[in-house]
Amino acid sequence: MIPESLLSLLERLCNAVAVSGDEGEVRQIVLEEVRPHADEVRVDALGNVLAIRRARSGDGLRVMLAAHMDEVGLMLVAEDGDGLYRFETVGSVDERYLVGKPVWVGKDHLPGVIGARPIHLTTPEERARKLSLESLRIDLGPGRKAELGSRATFATPFRRLGAAILAKSLDNRLGVATVIELLRNAPPHLELQAAFTVQEEIGLRGASVAAYALQPHLGIAVDSTPAHDLPAPEGHENLFYNTRLGAGPAIYRADAATLSDPRLVRFLEAVAQRHNIPYQIRQPGGGGTDAGAIQRTREGIPAVSVSVPGRYPHSPASLALLEDWENTLRLLQEALNELTAEVLETEKNS
Amino acid sequence: MNTILPFLKDLLSMPGLSGYESPVAARIEETWSPLADRVQRTRLGSVHAWRFGTGAAPRPRALLAAHMDAIGLMVTQIVNGFLRVTAVGGVDPRILPGQPVTVHGREALPGIVVMPRAALLPAEIGEGVVPIEHLWVDLGLPAAEVEQKVRVGDIISFATSPMELSGETIAGHSLDNRASVAALTVCLQHLRGRTLNWDAILAATVQEEVTMAGARTSAFAEQPTLAIAVDVTFAKGPGANDWRTFELGKGIVLAWGPNIHPALHRRLKEIAEEMEIPFSVEYTPRHSGTDAYAMQTAAEGIPTAVVSIPLRYMHTPVEVVALKDIERAGRLLAEFLCRLDGAFIEALTWS
Amino acid sequence: MKSLVEALTQTFGPSGYEGAIRERVQQEIAPFVDDMRIDALGNLIARKGRAQNGGQRIVVAAHLDEIGLIATHIEERGFVRFTSIGGVMVHTLIGGRVRFVNGIAGVIHMDQDEPRDSFPKLEKLFIDVGATSAADCPVRVGDMAAFERPFLDLGRRWVAKSMDDRIGVAVMIETLRTLQETPNEVYFVFTVQEEVGTRGAAPAAFGLEPQVALAVDVTRTGDVPGGKMAVALGKGPAIKILDSGMIADPKVVEWMGGVAERLGIPYQREVLVGGTTDARAMQLVRAGVPAGCLSIPCRYIHSPSEMVDVEDVQHSVRLLHALLSQPLPFS
Repeated sequence: MIPESLLSLLERLCNAVAVSGDEGEVRQIVLEEVRPHADEVRVDALGNVLAIRRARSGDGLRVMLAAHMDEVGLMLVAEDGDGLYRFETVGSVDERYLVGKPVWVGKDHLPGVIGARPIHLTTPEERARKLSLESLRIDLGPGRKAELGSRATFATPFRRLGAAILAKSLDNRLGVATVIELLRNAPPHLELQAAFTVQEEIGLRGASVAAYALQPHLGIAVDSTPAHDLPAPEGHENLFYNTRLGAGPAIYRADAATLSDPRLVRFLEAVAQRHNIPYQIRQPGGGGTDAGAIQRTREGIPAVSVSVPGRYPHSPASLALLEDWENTLRLLQEALNELTAEVLETEKNS
Repeated sequence: MNTILPFLKDLLSMPGLSGYESPVAARIEETWSPLADRVQRTRLGSVHAWRFGTGAAPRPRALLAAHMDAIGLMVTQIVNGFLRVTAVGGVDPRILPGQPVTVHGREALPGIVVMPRAALLPAEIGEGVVPIEHLWVDLGLPAAEVEQKVRVGDIISFATSPMELSGETIAGHSLDNRASVAALTVCLQHLRGRTLNWDAILAATVQEEVTMAGARTSAFAEQPTLAIAVDVTFAKGPGANDWRTFELGKGIVLAWGPNIHPALHRRLKEIAEEMEIPFSVEYTPRHSGTDAYAMQTAAEGIPTAVVSIPLRYMHTPVEVVALKDIERAGRLLAEFLCRLDGAFIEALTWS
Repeated sequence: MKSLVEALTQTFGPSGYEGAIRERVQQEIAPFVDDMRIDALGNLIARKGRAQNGGQRIVVAAHLDEIGLIATHIEERGFVRFTSIGGVMVHTLIGGRVRFVNGIAGVIHMDQDEPRDSFPKLEKLFIDVGATSAADCPVRVGDMAAFERPFLDLGRRWVAKSMDDRIGVAVMIETLRTLQETPNEVYFVFTVQEEVGTRGAAPAAFGLEPQVALAVDVTRTGDVPGGKMAVALGKGPAIKILDSGMIADPKVVEWMGGVAERLGIPYQREVLVGGTTDARAMQLVRAGVPAGCLSIPCRYIHSPSEMVDVEDVQHSVRLLHALLSQPLPFS
């Protein structure tokens, strides 16, 4: 069961506006939460929060857990006057999600809308074409001013829907909440390096400098990955689901940024099997996590990713199942408990 | 103000393609040496000029980087004395037909980029845009002589001479980014006789146009406390009029976005306001497209900022820049460096 | 050398799963190196010599991995859907054969209702391993496969899959075998994961901090119908000037050309549009490393039948040997 306190932490995180390069609101929450549980907490030059819980026993294998604090979103870039602002996307946002949506602008969460031409004034030909980014505006209402350069996100408040949660930025506030919880329950024999990274969505930028500073023996990126488990067109099998809700945490063997270290993949699968935790293998191809940056840092760091599956990431509303989150937490907790340097001493290939 | 012009015109008359910056590096080193405490080259050929601070060691250090490399072309094949070429850096093939160039073979050879008539091109091109792989460089020499003097891999630079246009502007190739190198030179000139608390390193970096290799490795080598990239940005002009463009000659531009440390941006802004240097802000939602992108993630991460000079017709041999803006950038940076003190390190901490 | 090349190209080793080829290389080089280790990502790093009399630290790198395919979904009837690992081109796949890491073999084909007059997308292909259902399919999502094709000796030319870059690996092994004396400290690095983005080379170079880095890899040729490049088979190893990821350091280019000329080794100058090598990654490491690449001309790269010229290969060994066994003309 996910405790209420953890759920309300997730709610606060999801409702924060923290777009790549401007992660402050989430950074504040994270700093508050990790300080009581870490031996050292610092914020580096890019704004990553690095929280280290040193080993209490054993040889202190250094394990980096990376969860990115940033979400994709928008930036206000020019003013048309009368409360209307031109904007650009930050990170990968499908433009078709933008029109007709409410947004929150800046750290004050100023309410705004991205409007659309009334259907009455359109033609069928026009409706068959996508609306270009250049034609859209954020409307804050006449006379309202916002600072150019402010970021904005979809204005979707966190909601619990029975066994599911509906929110914006489950990618990656789920990861952030997970790593906070794991830090709280850090096993004594490891040095747990919790890295709450910045700018993942625009090039895994925070993770590379964090890994450089922390010099872990191995790294695990904790993220959220798409579940495209919708029905395929009639008569066809869905071949491109990536992951499925209800099938448990997704372990990555490969994505576009990383070929996971096979030893770490095997280890995670073994832990899952030993503890009867359902899990799935994320479909290879496409996407990337902080593991990609960690793996290539310094002299190379074995890395793997584990994600909570979530539908409709990078959109106004994503959806995840509490049970998948719970199983992700369990898998990672048990994995940390059982993790020793021996995992890296096994033969690399399966 | 015009003291920088002769130096700038010199730079605009010499080649210095990405990877082959030595001629321009030597010229820069010549001018910077009397203005600096020490001048060095990095492994990849960037020029680093140091002004030492007077604060107690270990002193924090600021790195200012302006890339000195320029885009151009390279020989890929020689066919009957005519040269096939490819681009080094981002070259719009539409600007190439009829361009005067210099082919740097065993000697510097003047040539022109030519486009064949439609009948000598694949049918689908017709009278349309001729892609670079279908253009030629004609040296006007017999094939045997070309074989002797030119080889695959020789670099080709634009040969347009710099021109002074009205309104104290200058046109030429490689103003991206020699204009910024000139700005750093102005900065060094203004630092003469002034003391610094921090160390300052002014760097003319290599290979920004292809891999940002110079910026990345210079930042790693010097591990500065902060780094500022000085580059050019889009000036308003024909075909360039939206929110990403800025008036020519009306001030410098400070970038804002994930590639920029907010405290650095604020400090530059404050100083510009105080000095009454006109400036605008450039919103770069994803990355700045400058050396700052590489410097920000060097080693453990470096707070970065970008100061830009508006420029028309970027990546053509007729780029245009206002001399006043070069001067403004240089003065702003000099003042910024002089005011760096212990307190500023605190300002760089994320609250 | 032919049997070495044959053995190397026939060994399995797609990106991320280089174990078998790494082991083979270890066996080959063990008698000739001063020491050898495997780093955190699986790069094999072997040292020969200690810097003396003006010698410097040189890294020479060839990549162990080959391109491959990775299973993305097992259909209800047991067909394996896949995506690519590295630059795999659809038109080289149909009708081809693969072998998975776990030894299972299969055949690649395409959806039968796809139009036959254009290349299908990768998603329309599948691998048939002879299974009849997802339940009895011995392949799982995430399993990796590489091409299977026998080595072919055409006299002047050799043909095999994964000449990219097993021919580079072979050239390095042969060079090691014959490198008796060197004033330099030379690291022969057999890298991992080059095909997916030159991922292994930078970490290896970061740890070694060389003064110069050379990749040994294949490059395309223009001597085939429709080809437009100045490099050809049979004209000697190519000295890389530029590719789409890197500009070779002019000092290194000059050094390589100078040595080739002095020894009368035929060589070509290479400008490659589209493609890059480990040299790109090594150049950007730490405070920068002057880098270049010794390219072995190769036709049909990233197909199951890559072709090299035997003399080009032998000249490559001679050139590499000469480069490594003398002090560098620059510091």
